[in-house]
Amino acid sequence: MRKPKPASAAPPEMLHLLQDALWAPFAEFGFMRRALVGCLALSLAAPPLGVFLMLRRMSLTADVLAHGILPGIAIGFLVAGLSVTAMSVGGLVAGLIVGVGAGAISRATGGREDAALAALYLVALALGVTLISTRAGSVELSHLLFGSVLGVDDPALFLMAGVASLTLLALAFAWRPLVLECFDPGFAAAVRAHGGWWHMLFLVLVVLNVLAAFQALGTLMAVGLMMLPAVAARYWGRSVGGMAYAAAGIAVFASVAGLLVSYHFDLPSGPAIVLVAGAAWVLSVLAGPVDGLLGRLLRRPHFSG
Amino acid sequence: MSRGEGIVLTDLTLTHGRRPAVHHISGRFAPGSLTAIVGPNGAGKSTLLRAIAGLHPAVEGKLAAPRRDIALLPQAAALDRAFPVSCLDVVLFGHWHRAGAFRALRAAEQRAARDALAAVGLEGFEGRPVGGLSSGQFQRVLFARLLVQDAPVILLDEPFNAVDARTAADLLALVHRWHGEGRTILAVLHDLELVRHDFPETLLLAREPIAWGPTGEVLTAANRMKARMMAEAWDAEAEACERSAA
Repeated sequence: MRKPKPASAAPPEMLHLLQDALWAPFAEFGFMRRALVGCLALSLAAPPLGVFLMLRRMSLTADVLAHGILPGIAIGFLVAGLSVTAMSVGGLVAGLIVGVGAGAISRATGGREDAALAALYLVALALGVTLISTRAGSVELSHLLFGSVLGVDDPALFLMAGVASLTLLALAFAWRPLVLECFDPGFAAAVRAHGGWWHMLFLVLVVLNVLAAFQALGTLMAVGLMMLPAVAARYWGRSVGGMAYAAAGIAVFASVAGLLVSYHFDLPSGPAIVLVAGAAWVLSVLAGPVDGLLGRLLRRPHFSG
Repeated sequence: MSRGEGIVLTDLTLTHGRRPAVHHISGRFAPGSLTAIVGPNGAGKSTLLRAIAGLHPAVEGKLAAPRRDIALLPQAAALDRAFPVSCLDVVLFGHWHRAGAFRALRAAEQRAARDALAAVGLEGFEGRPVGGLSSGQFQRVLFARLLVQDAPVILLDEPFNAVDARTAADLLALVHRWHGEGRTILAVLHDLELVRHDFPETLLLAREPIAWGPTGEVLTAANRMKARMMAEAWDAEAEACERSAA
């Protein structure tokens, strides 16, 4: 363990305490470092997608996709055991099928799809759990459902980093059509912007990110790092870009803080990260600068813009 | 600005699923014409506009329109006004058919968008999020986007609904300016006084065309009564189009 140089402003004991609390867990343990790198990669890519999902009123779709990949992962698991490759391929195929199915349901019901989507993901979840249970014990089952941030191996780390890089590149490339398709799909169709294709690309990115997140957080928590920072970001940004930055920032904070909380209090790391993100959301609703509750209460009506 | 044949409908039929929306309509919107489309609710007015814009397929018959040259203003309610974009961003999307998904916008294009905002009376609103606008101001922003699109054919779906009188007057002046520039304009409207006063041509539609021509000859009491009776008959009547196999 490296000793920090004592700074002049704060007494050395204080720094030691801080160092033990914030730095030592990552410096001392390889599994903590790997978990941190994986979660940071997820934190940069998934929350901006969450912002688009929220703005399209598709928050539920993320949940559906996260559960929809489970039967595919289960089949991959039945074929090849706990192999990242097999489970990812299975999950990708299942996720795309569910994504297209959800889109078809949405079109068929004219946007009133929530009940059908809820039905779809419940069925997918039950099917996945049933498939896994035919071959596996409760340890593997809970690994698949809840993930294990602290058991992230090399292939999983490469998957997360690769998906994050691909997502950021794709977002930079397709930002304008994505915003247009999201804001005004009618106009996008009228100017022949191929909104449908951009939307498909977007759904593929969501499936990939859910898959990557599943490695660390499990199917039940995978959406947490995507949606909670995005929903919280609504209270920090006035533009799509601003919200995306805010969401990534909140997710990075939740990842670091969640891992530390999980380390110090011996809590499961996935839920700890999602809980910190949840706390950030509550804080944002209360004190966020854009339409936060406190701001609204304190501002006098005469001076409101 | 006007070119070709305008918009030609030949025995055109449009449906929503199996429900008929517009039956067997034939006629022509001449280049440079300014036409109001009126009729009872559910008469297929919006569907006809969407079909002309290429957003709704023809089930039967033919529709010839210069699709690349058309700008459509949809009904205001169709948009999510809470979306976090600025007024300038919305107007800049009007450059899409030139700039596409990737090309950076030129300085002249940025300036055109600012000028368009100024032309609809929203100077200084560039950075404002659309969420804070009144519905009249929002409609002005959408008209600014139409200005930037600079299309020879402009389709307006209930452009003056839910906007204040002053906004309606300003936007109507813009419509007349476009007409003066030789653009072809079709507008779905409900206010018959406005139609009589400002629109030389009218199509009275009740799923079938009741009358189509100079406004004074179309908006007769007899024609309007006929349209109303057809609308009352829809509620009672059968689903499918009986005049053809489709």
